[in-house]
Amino acid sequence: MTRPPKKPKLAVWKFASCDGCQLSLLDCEDELLAIADGVAIAYFPEATRATLPGPYDISLVEGSITTPDDAERIHSIRRRSKRLVTIGACATAGGIQALRNFTRVEDLIRSVYARPEYIDTLSKSTPIGDHVFVDFELRGCPIDRFQLVEVLNALLNGRRPNIPHYSQCVECKRAGTVCVMVSRGIPCMGPVTHAGCGNLCPPLGRGCYGCFGPMELPNTAGLAGWLGKEGCSSEQLRGMFRTYNAAAAPFRRESEAHEQR
Amino acid sequence: MSNARTRTIKVDALARVEGEGALNVRIRDGVIRELQLRIYEPPRFFEPLLRGRQYTEAPDITSRICGICPIAYIMSSSQAMEDILGIRVTGPLRDLRRLIYCGEWIESHALHAAMLHAPDFLGLADAFELAQQHREVVVKALELKKLGNHILEVVGGRAVHPVNLKVGGFYKAPRKAKVRELIPQLRRAIGTAMELGRVFATFDYPEYEFDYTCVTLRHPDEYAIHEGRIVSNRGLDIAPSEFPQHFREEHVQHSNALHGLTTKGHPYLVGPIARYNNNADQLTPLAREAAKELALGPVVRNPFKSILVRMVETVLACEEALRICDAYEEPDASCVEAAPRAGTGFGCTEAPRGICWHTYRIDETGHIQDARIVPPTSQNQRQIEDDLRGVLEANLHLADDVLQWRCEQTIRNYDPCISCATHFIELRIDRE
Repeated sequence: MTRPPKKPKLAVWKFASCDGCQLSLLDCEDELLAIADGVAIAYFPEATRATLPGPYDISLVEGSITTPDDAERIHSIRRRSKRLVTIGACATAGGIQALRNFTRVEDLIRSVYARPEYIDTLSKSTPIGDHVFVDFELRGCPIDRFQLVEVLNALLNGRRPNIPHYSQCVECKRAGTVCVMVSRGIPCMGPVTHAGCGNLCPPLGRGCYGCFGPMELPNTAGLAGWLGKEGCSSEQLRGMFRTYNAAAAPFRRESEAHEQR
Repeated sequence: MSNARTRTIKVDALARVEGEGALNVRIRDGVIRELQLRIYEPPRFFEPLLRGRQYTEAPDITSRICGICPIAYIMSSSQAMEDILGIRVTGPLRDLRRLIYCGEWIESHALHAAMLHAPDFLGLADAFELAQQHREVVVKALELKKLGNHILEVVGGRAVHPVNLKVGGFYKAPRKAKVRELIPQLRRAIGTAMELGRVFATFDYPEYEFDYTCVTLRHPDEYAIHEGRIVSNRGLDIAPSEFPQHFREEHVQHSNALHGLTTKGHPYLVGPIARYNNNADQLTPLAREAAKELALGPVVRNPFKSILVRMVETVLACEEALRICDAYEEPDASCVEAAPRAGTGFGCTEAPRGICWHTYRIDETGHIQDARIVPPTSQNQRQIEDDLRGVLEANLHLADDVLQWRCEQTIRNYDPCISCATHFIELRIDRE
């Protein structure tokens, strides 16, 4: 009896996050059953109670590291994974919960939980790349599901994922979207933000709010200077750089440059 | 303890729920000694991190509490801010809000009912096994889910964490042509949801009933989704601002999600069954027919039948969305504008899993001073534990692995969203 060829094993892991990025995998309604035919879903608790032992060919990791246990767990996942891909702003840049990195975590615990002694948490929310080697980082809060399919497709076929690293501005130009900053004076993070969302906000008359995080070599100071001349206060500038990718180094440094002293 | 018969049932990582939790049960001499739904999803501290941010940022930031039901967070926080600003969103903008909320119900209900919950009734591990045996069920569910997401994209710009909503309304109202394109898909979806309901109605339902305290919104003119007073089947009828006087949250050691209780310390139920029990008189015509065909009766007490109620609500959401799309005209303005002023506001809407309650205090410059969010799953937590106790007591004769699965299924009745509840599951049963 001949056995069918062994399918590559896919695992999906979760750390501190909203589940939105792994939901993006289930949101691939047209591709989901084909993906499930092409790989063995070896670990994906949001979708299945069945588990297969490692090692895993591809591990998708959602969420940031915020507890001592999770800081250990990520190493054991790395050891069992041939390729480890972070999906989304939490795993890639610490997520919105990295706003804690700019405060005292004890105060936060006390304000939400009546019994702080029950809570075990780290003072900082950190991206997966701060703890283990990451093979590919997929940006976005949330990720774009078409980019996710592209990354899976590329890794399964042994090629580099075709994910551009240019700025959101390029997406606007390619889509023919009129610049909201130039034409309407709306503050926009587009010039420093990684492309990939599919050009969502500017066509709605809204400035990009940076949910895909910094592009490669962003000139954040240049943008902040321009926005400052247009009337943005340092508080506003700090807030703009301090959202879903607050702990990504270029955004963190720029937000710290606008701290009130 | 040598003579005592001890059984231990453990589930370390509960599957097919959104987020991380576990169940610990210890049974000794046929008596449940310990039962804990443990929520170990790490806390993310949204409420304190909102302090000092602009009131306009609350919808986008709180949407990141949950990737499954971002609309619930966007809408409850927007409503609370509008309460402070003294503005009301009416007419076509209100309709658009109901439309996108219908999209979230369709997407979330189709995902949970068909892909996460249905496999339990067939003894299957997941939707992928289900697809091997009953491919058409999964294909239909994916079709519904896709339509739900498509509504979110047309109205909100994106399926997960939509970008087009804000305090007061929208950045840009969707074009009439785009909205009208949804009409044929919605017509077909009503039939698809009904067909799935019929398949689910053939399942064997475990015998278990509970006389729930059902807490939901209620609106005078419609099946409440995004607006209304908070009511219960025990006679409660309050404005969202009165919620703190009637409900409290308790912090227990085994959970990173606070437990919701009435101020008298009783558990209560939120979500589809609660809504059906309180508001069945307001079902849309085809949803009413669906409920009749699925033999739900006037009151549902068997939590396993939540899967049927979800399909009735899916029919309802499709009908409502269809009605809104049919009548849609592009509004003159996409948003009701207002300047910030100091005050405290309240918002409450029906997330797919139940009421999602928010309150904020802002200062005269629009900075958030305080925020408090009570998500649906934390409100259901104590009720889930009570259901588990009831289900376990009735089924102690079952083997450990069967009993464990039954417990997991009991938890999944609630479509628990653990990411939400921990601002939340692992299963562990110990039998001694």
